[in-house]
Amino acid sequence: MTELIFDENKCFACSTYDCLTKCQYMDIDADTAKVEIEKIINQEDSFVLHDCVTCYACEEYCQNGNHPFYLIVRQQEELDLPPLPEPLIKRGVQMGIPFRGEPEIQEIKGPALNLGVFSPLGNMTKGKLFEGLPIISHDPRKMFHYFCQLMYLHYARTSVINQKLPAIIETIAAHKADEVIHFHDECYGTYVSYAPAFGIDVPFKSVHLFEYLYNKLLELKDEIKPLNYKVAYQRPCSSRLSPDKHPFVEKIFDLIGVESVEREYVGENALCCGATIAGQKKKGSRRFTLDLQEKNMNDMKDAGAELCVFNCPACMQTLGKPVAKKGIMPIFMSDLCRLAIGEKTT
Amino acid sequence: MNSTIYKSLVEIVGEDYVSDRPEELFTYSKDLGTSEPKWPDYVAVPKSVEELQKIILLANKATIPIVPLGGGLSLAGIALPLHGGILIDMKRMDEIIEVNGKARYALVEAGVSQGKLFAYLRNHHPTLAHSMPDAPPAATIGGNLAIHGQGDLAHPHGFNSDMINGLEVILPTGEICRFGSCSIGSGWFTQHPLPDMAFFLGWGGATGIITKVSLRLFPCKKIRELDMLVVTDEELVPDIFHEITHVGMTEDLVVFSQAIPPMTDRLHHIVANISGDSEEELEFKRRLIYEDRLSKYFEQGTAGIVATSQDLEKPAVTKTADWKKGGGFEYVGSVFPVAAYPELYRKGVEISTRHEIPYTVTGRVIGAGHAIMFSWSYAFNRADPESVRHANEALHETDDLVLEFGGTIWKPAVYGQQIVMKHMDANTLLLMKKLKNMLDPNNIMNPGNWEVA
Amino acid sequence: MTAKIEYKYDDMIHRCFRCGYCKFPADWSDVTNCPSYARFRMESYSSGGRLWLIRAWVNGEIEWSENLAKIVYSCTACKNCEEKCPISFSDNLVNMVVAARSAMVETGLLPSAVKSFLKNVHLHGNPYGLAAKKRSQWMEGTGIEQYQDQEFLYYVGDEGSYDTRAQVAAKALGELLLKAGVSFGALGNLEISDGNEVEILGEEGLLEELAEKNIKQFRELRVKKIITLSPHSYNVFKNSYPKFGGGFEIFHYTQILPQLLQSGKLEKPAGLNMKVTYHDPCFLGRWNGEYNAPRTLLKDLDGVELTEMRQNKKSSLCCGGGSGNFYTDFLGGSEDSPARIRVRQAHETGAQVLAVACPNCLTMLEDAVKVEGLEEKLQVKDISEILNGSE
Repeated sequence: MTELIFDENKCFACSTYDCLTKCQYMDIDADTAKVEIEKIINQEDSFVLHDCVTCYACEEYCQNGNHPFYLIVRQQEELDLPPLPEPLIKRGVQMGIPFRGEPEIQEIKGPALNLGVFSPLGNMTKGKLFEGLPIISHDPRKMFHYFCQLMYLHYARTSVINQKLPAIIETIAAHKADEVIHFHDECYGTYVSYAPAFGIDVPFKSVHLFEYLYNKLLELKDEIKPLNYKVAYQRPCSSRLSPDKHPFVEKIFDLIGVESVEREYVGENALCCGATIAGQKKKGSRRFTLDLQEKNMNDMKDAGAELCVFNCPACMQTLGKPVAKKGIMPIFMSDLCRLAIGEKTT
Repeated sequence: MNSTIYKSLVEIVGEDYVSDRPEELFTYSKDLGTSEPKWPDYVAVPKSVEELQKIILLANKATIPIVPLGGGLSLAGIALPLHGGILIDMKRMDEIIEVNGKARYALVEAGVSQGKLFAYLRNHHPTLAHSMPDAPPAATIGGNLAIHGQGDLAHPHGFNSDMINGLEVILPTGEICRFGSCSIGSGWFTQHPLPDMAFFLGWGGATGIITKVSLRLFPCKKIRELDMLVVTDEELVPDIFHEITHVGMTEDLVVFSQAIPPMTDRLHHIVANISGDSEEELEFKRRLIYEDRLSKYFEQGTAGIVATSQDLEKPAVTKTADWKKGGGFEYVGSVFPVAAYPELYRKGVEISTRHEIPYTVTGRVIGAGHAIMFSWSYAFNRADPESVRHANEALHETDDLVLEFGGTIWKPAVYGQQIVMKHMDANTLLLMKKLKNMLDPNNIMNPGNWEVA
Repeated sequence: MTAKIEYKYDDMIHRCFRCGYCKFPADWSDVTNCPSYARFRMESYSSGGRLWLIRAWVNGEIEWSENLAKIVYSCTACKNCEEKCPISFSDNLVNMVVAARSAMVETGLLPSAVKSFLKNVHLHGNPYGLAAKKRSQWMEGTGIEQYQDQEFLYYVGDEGSYDTRAQVAAKALGELLLKAGVSFGALGNLEISDGNEVEILGEEGLLEELAEKNIKQFRELRVKKIITLSPHSYNVFKNSYPKFGGGFEIFHYTQILPQLLQSGKLEKPAGLNMKVTYHDPCFLGRWNGEYNAPRTLLKDLDGVELTEMRQNKKSSLCCGGGSGNFYTDFLGGSEDSPARIRVRQAHETGAQVLAVACPNCLTMLEDAVKVEGLEEKLQVKDISEILNGSE
């Protein structure tokens, strides 16, 4: 049985309770945090389990690497306190069921790009940055065989993740690629953070898309023409699972000649796009999300951003049009890199 | 074949637009659903009401049936020539004659496609919209009205046939008549308060052919969006519809549930179209709906918002035809009280499962929740007779249950017509018979439909 | 019922629902975006109607007839249907028609005009049945050299070689390439038909024969790069010849000229003052996804104002000349002929010039302008002619 590798003593020994005190969405002081974390550990009801917006940030805040967010989600499921209404959960779980045949496994020598459930974005992987890189999960009909499942963290469904993830890993591993570059940040987080936290073996090496892009840009350095844009970066929730890769954002910007605007909601302080908050059961969630998004976008606008750079397709789907209405052009990081080497994007 | 009739038809419409050749007769013998083919003797494609009139006079003289065909997308075989005759393809009569922006109506020939009117308004009158059905854009305005279709403005404004300002029809005996203000030379702006002459809607073309329509148009706001909710419990659907219709600020209110893809299986997706000229107007409407009326469902966790502010996309209903990779589907449409939804859904799942067809059910709210158009769709593989048989049986079984459950069949094929007439009031049937005999003494107009014994 | 016919797409042809999306452009503005349906307005001539008839024929439900053959051969293979069809088999709609034609070719049951087309190509290397040794007549006095190891082969094609109107475009392009100092030559009398229409008319054997002859000749002459006048040639060389062993670099001329203009090797024509609308040829646009290069050329010119027809790019209305119809003429003879509808659409934009990038479109649309009585208001010009400053 798959269990979270969690050491409660680390929490008891913690003095800062950063996981809760740093939370941007709940106002919790250290004393309250101490009480609530204990309740959570003991599988008792805590307001945290009701009010958590599932932004993943506490995974990053925890100085002990003790997976507070995974714990919260597990306890939400155990205590039947899902943040989302039951129909949305059922819908989400059913969405992940592959129903259009088995995947075609072709053995790959060398690295491969895993699109996960973003096979429809395959035309974004053209050009020199992706030249010669075989793609797995290129067929939208079969993409749910490559679905990392981590979305269910928003649904209080650790059980679904743990039940389905091993088969997904097996499918990816069957391609026998030397290393797997994950197009979606969340896929990367699944294989380097979630799976180890639950003791699930991952028999392939994972590479973060931004690390890959950075190295590729270094190879093509002579072709880079500085873009000279002022940009804001929309950090996705899943980035909290791989904070060691977050510095690649600035490294890439530096290489391609764009300037990150000075704004409030960056780094550890980044704001969730709100995609999964809007539909939560908590009263006023929809309105709360609209205000959150407005705050985030105004922050970008006031700082003079011309572009909003996205990592995650779900964030792009949620915020892409709204930022455009504010006069800020939405663009994926990979497309921005393609522009920098003189390519036209779709 | 009667060469005299053929030659007469050539004289009327021109050689290019008449056929008695097997290829055309074959093509027009087929309905897209499960109906058995019925071969016409001739196919004619007139361009004007004058040409059409001449054909009808010819048909009366020769006592040969006339069957008018619009888009051919009723999927109920209504435009199949049950007794042979001249199949009239109405789609060359497709002029958009006038759009009156101030009085908000469009005067069109009946063969105009839904797509053409939609595009014309979007390009030339972007603040006006007509109620567009979910059928593919090839469906015609006249055909849709003739079957009491409903479209994406059904929630506030009712059936598409409730949106008629005036009609021009050609009687089975060849006279051209007009109803509404157009009949007294006052333009095409209103049907009422002149004496009602609604004998040409819902009759399957058995009483005459609609040739022109003045269709009401409605304000089209700058932003039209689609919002979507989901519930697991079908019993909640009527309640939620009741709440939303109380607000009265959505344009289209639809619920669907289908076995494929898995994401929709045993769930009920409610789609609400909202429009506004500004984001403020839209948000005002959303607040009224989601915060004021529906928040209790979200907080209880029994309903969820899937998405808001999505682009309005016409559903490609054609894809239902491909569930069995077989190029076919047919559906039973019905009109029921909204409260009937849960039972109708359950019946749909049961019948589909028994016939090994992935279930697909849809409901569209009509008016202020006055009724729901509920449909059960049955996909089939055209290349597999067994699959067609299953679909056909499922359809008949569903036709039977509609009346049993207290509804009425929408645009029934002959089988469904017979069921409806069996339940019909005797005096109403008598009146129907009298009307038909009066209007069509030679029984040439789409005979076999709504035939009272 | 007659016997079943062997048919390659047995497993999918029944999937057509006849929903009618195939008749429309993307904006649904009219049902006349399928050229054969626009012309005849009978369901048998729509893409869906045709597929149902093909299925009925291969299954023995209906028999072959001249009328059936005309319906099958009246499809211009423009691919509007493929763009619009919502079913996942949409990529094969034209293939299904071509396969039906192949089945008719096998039986020898073809419309006589199609038989004549194919026979002429087989015997004379062109569909007109004109002498092979007259193929190079258009080159006289142009200064265009015979191909002999230059960088590019300029492949002119059947229309450019023999049709008097299209020859003007062929010469204009040749002159442009000469002015720009491009290293090129033409085959002259050695040139034979490329086989694009032959393939689409279902004569696979003749295509193979042409392809093999052409490839052999190109190899012997050490051809590496080919510039085509016609998108039809471009299409078959690029997409069909590889399976016969042809591995050449293929360009339509609109893909070469932009860099010549930008580098200054070609001068922009002076004194232009025209409002132009561009007609997307099917074999450049929908078949090969090239919508931008011709527009880039036109936009770059001083004195040219480019305006779009509503039915443009993926929704362009075919001129009606494809699938050999410039010769077989199944779609002519009516104000609803697609070429006539198209020139009316062009005229509605207020443009004085209807620019084309295909000799097929050039001849079809210019004839339509004449029949519509629009000669004083609308000129049809190949882009090569506009760039060459032709009046």
